[in-house]
Amino acid sequence: MLKILKYSFYDLIRSRWSYVYLLFYLLLGSVLLFLNNDLSKAVITLMNVIIILVPLIGTIFGVMYYYNSKEFTELLLAQPIKRSSIFIGQYLGVALSLTMSLILGLGIPFVLYGLFQSNEIWDFILLLVTGTFLTLIFTALAFNIALYNENKIKGFSYAILVWLFMAVIYDGLFLMSLIAFQSYPLDAFSIGATLVNPIDLSRILILLKLDISALLGYTGAVFQKFFGTNFGLFISIGTLSLWVLLPVLNIYRKCRKKDF
Amino acid sequence: MDLLKKLLFTLVLFCSFSITAQTIEVCNDCDVSSLKEAIKVSTMCDTILVKKGTYKEYNIVVDKPLTIIGENFPVIDGEDKGEIIRIVSDYVTIDGLFIINVGTSYTSDHAAIRVVRSKHFVIQNVVLENLFFGIYIEKSSHGKIYHNKVIGDAQDEYNSGNGIQLWHSKHILVERNIVQKVRDGIYLEFSDDITINENTSTNNLRYGLHFMFSNDDLYTNNVFENNGAGVAVMFSKRIKMLHNTFKKNWGTAAFGLLLKEINDAEIKHNVFEENTVAINIEGSNRVVYSDNDFISNGYAIKVLGACYANTFEKNNFLYNSFDVSYYNKINDNVFQHNYWSGYTGYDLDEDGVGDVPYRPVKLFSYIVNKTPETIILMRSLFIDIIDFSEKVSPVFTPDNLLDMTPQIKRYQ
Amino acid sequence: MIQIEQLHKRFGKNQVLKGIDLNITQKGIFAILGPNGSGKTTLIKAILGMVVPNKGKLLVDSISIKKNWKYRDQIDYLPQIANFPPNLTVKELIVMIKDLRNRPGEDKKLIELFMLEPFLTKKLSNLSGGTKQKVNIVLSLMFDSPIIILDEPTTGLDPIALIRLKELIKEEKAKGKIILITSHIMSFVEEMADEIVFLLEGKVYFKGNIDALKTQTKEANFERAIANLLTYDNA
Repeated sequence: MLKILKYSFYDLIRSRWSYVYLLFYLLLGSVLLFLNNDLSKAVITLMNVIIILVPLIGTIFGVMYYYNSKEFTELLLAQPIKRSSIFIGQYLGVALSLTMSLILGLGIPFVLYGLFQSNEIWDFILLLVTGTFLTLIFTALAFNIALYNENKIKGFSYAILVWLFMAVIYDGLFLMSLIAFQSYPLDAFSIGATLVNPIDLSRILILLKLDISALLGYTGAVFQKFFGTNFGLFISIGTLSLWVLLPVLNIYRKCRKKDF
Repeated sequence: MDLLKKLLFTLVLFCSFSITAQTIEVCNDCDVSSLKEAIKVSTMCDTILVKKGTYKEYNIVVDKPLTIIGENFPVIDGEDKGEIIRIVSDYVTIDGLFIINVGTSYTSDHAAIRVVRSKHFVIQNVVLENLFFGIYIEKSSHGKIYHNKVIGDAQDEYNSGNGIQLWHSKHILVERNIVQKVRDGIYLEFSDDITINENTSTNNLRYGLHFMFSNDDLYTNNVFENNGAGVAVMFSKRIKMLHNTFKKNWGTAAFGLLLKEINDAEIKHNVFEENTVAINIEGSNRVVYSDNDFISNGYAIKVLGACYANTFEKNNFLYNSFDVSYYNKINDNVFQHNYWSGYTGYDLDEDGVGDVPYRPVKLFSYIVNKTPETIILMRSLFIDIIDFSEKVSPVFTPDNLLDMTPQIKRYQ
Repeated sequence: MIQIEQLHKRFGKNQVLKGIDLNITQKGIFAILGPNGSGKTTLIKAILGMVVPNKGKLLVDSISIKKNWKYRDQIDYLPQIANFPPNLTVKELIVMIKDLRNRPGEDKKLIELFMLEPFLTKKLSNLSGGTKQKVNIVLSLMFDSPIIILDEPTTGLDPIALIRLKELIKEEKAKGKIILITSHIMSFVEEMADEIVFLLEGKVYFKGNIDALKTQTKEANFERAIANLLTYDNA
């Protein structure tokens, strides 16, 4: 598996797209810093961007890589290599190269700007951790979608749909159900509904950092326990890990049964 | 400081008439071994010098003009039996005592030092610990409470008292005191023309500072941090609040500053940082808010209704989750020349003022007011989209609530 | 060496293999033929483990290939469509495959044979179809494995390369290997194959050498004999 990972990774870090992605983050980071001239404002803007953009890029890139390397995958399948190693290896190759672009692309301008001398370093690390989680999750989801759909166009459409659903539609439904059932106690429901969606979950991690004062204004006991203590942070990180683990396990399961 | 000088001057003037003034020393093995005894043998304008040691006394009544000075903080231990010192005469000075163990009572408000119907008193450099009420000023005036330290250990509101309490008093200076862990740090009721300067009120159970029915008071350069509910100013007129810091008042009913039925106040040059609600306003009119910094609060300004002719200008609103929240659609307040970190407009003519007005009330804050659980959706793309559409054509939020002159650079 | 018993495979509603029985024990070149959709590629992929059969047994070297992957070390496979990671160079790809199989290969000899030296440092995305096929051949034949499976090996090759490929296959046969070939070029099959395995509608319809085929169909020409198999069925 490590060999497959190594080669997919090498292949990808030479691809044009990785550079585009890296350049995009470099540009985004620098522009935000030089326009705002303020590290903390730039970090806040980035957080908003990251939780939407990283999942989008993760899904698109994951699906694209899978379909583009299909024949090569078949070549690998004929080699004496375990199937799961091939797919998990490719998955990790894509996810890690995206993560690297993210970390380098944002890290370089921020470090040059003097991140290490500032108080924002923990917020920035949280930002990168969240971005990494989202990349791992959405690339895994993309691989799942591609494994289940031979048709490239279908696969792409589903990938975009999954992203759109998690990033926007889900929250709309969530908001509507909260308003519709506002006469019932809802705090357990709302935390539960947040845990189900990894984008919301990452958003919560960021809220815990940026908007804790506003969150503590709400009276629900479950909210208080969740947001008022480290409990929320642990649960969020734990659930995010679960969100990585489950799709990866499904890749493992599905790829062993699939015909090529 | 004028008040202080005048006070000192009158005190000196008053006692300089008595030629017989002498100093009485109190120590554990002196002829006079208790404060009570010393007061008994003293005459007007004497000085009582209390040497280092522990004096187990309570219900000490100071009934003539005296100066009581502690040397190296002698301990007056009330052994939880009740009130410790009561001042019932004008021109009394208490300086440098360490008073502990005030008795807790559910029927009377025992204090470490109580001043009753007296003028020209000075209480300074006193340390109070393990107390019920700390310094209680009752129907008195022209006094000074300076550089004291009140350290409580309050657990519940019902059986704890206030650090410094002023009741029906006037012209009093409260300066450089440190008050911690009591019910209300400083409490004013029916007290006018009070000056509160450079105090630090932290970790109190309820309010750091609390005004009720008090007018024409001034408080400046104080620090209020991590109090149960912040600072409350209620039913009072013409209060000036300048250069104070309100910090980390977190919780469901917590705010930096609560204004309720306040008219004609001035709130300037204050810093509000990391409070759940920086300023909570209810039924307040003609209040001027200017040159304040609102940094990383949940809500910078929460307007609950019936607030007219208030002005918010030249403030910095930095990274608050919500800048302004309104419960209704009517707005009669003015927002101008503020800096908003959330402003995304441009300044083409480069005059330092944004060319597009800023709308500080978001639709989302309105939704959160209606359904508090929705707060969990903050910063969601969906919320951004509906906020944006509301910004374009306001339906739920007051459409005349605009800062027409948002600043491009923050005020330094 | 390869034993197949009652192999069934269905894709959705489409029953592709309907009970293949095939025993390949002796050495030689086996041509797997059949009309489009007869299950040639599926059969090959089943042997390679890329397609998971619904029913039946498949043994390579007397070991069931089910949930097994190490046996593929015994097989060299030339896929029909050659498509490689576009950002690698030819050389890197060869090194990579050798690394993945953990074996040294005779790549130098093959590169020389197909005159690939000028392309070694080029990226795979910049190669022509024929050159890609040559690289494909190098990749699959550079290991000295006892079983070789070639899926349409002649696609896109120029005459010289084709001659070299034929020589190469004969050389490998001389080493005593089992070689499975699918091809649409009948002359190529006639020239190379020792034995024909003809698939029709998911079953082995004919298995035997070319002479036996000609005798059975009463045709003197190989191409016609194959055509006869098809029409016979249609009749």
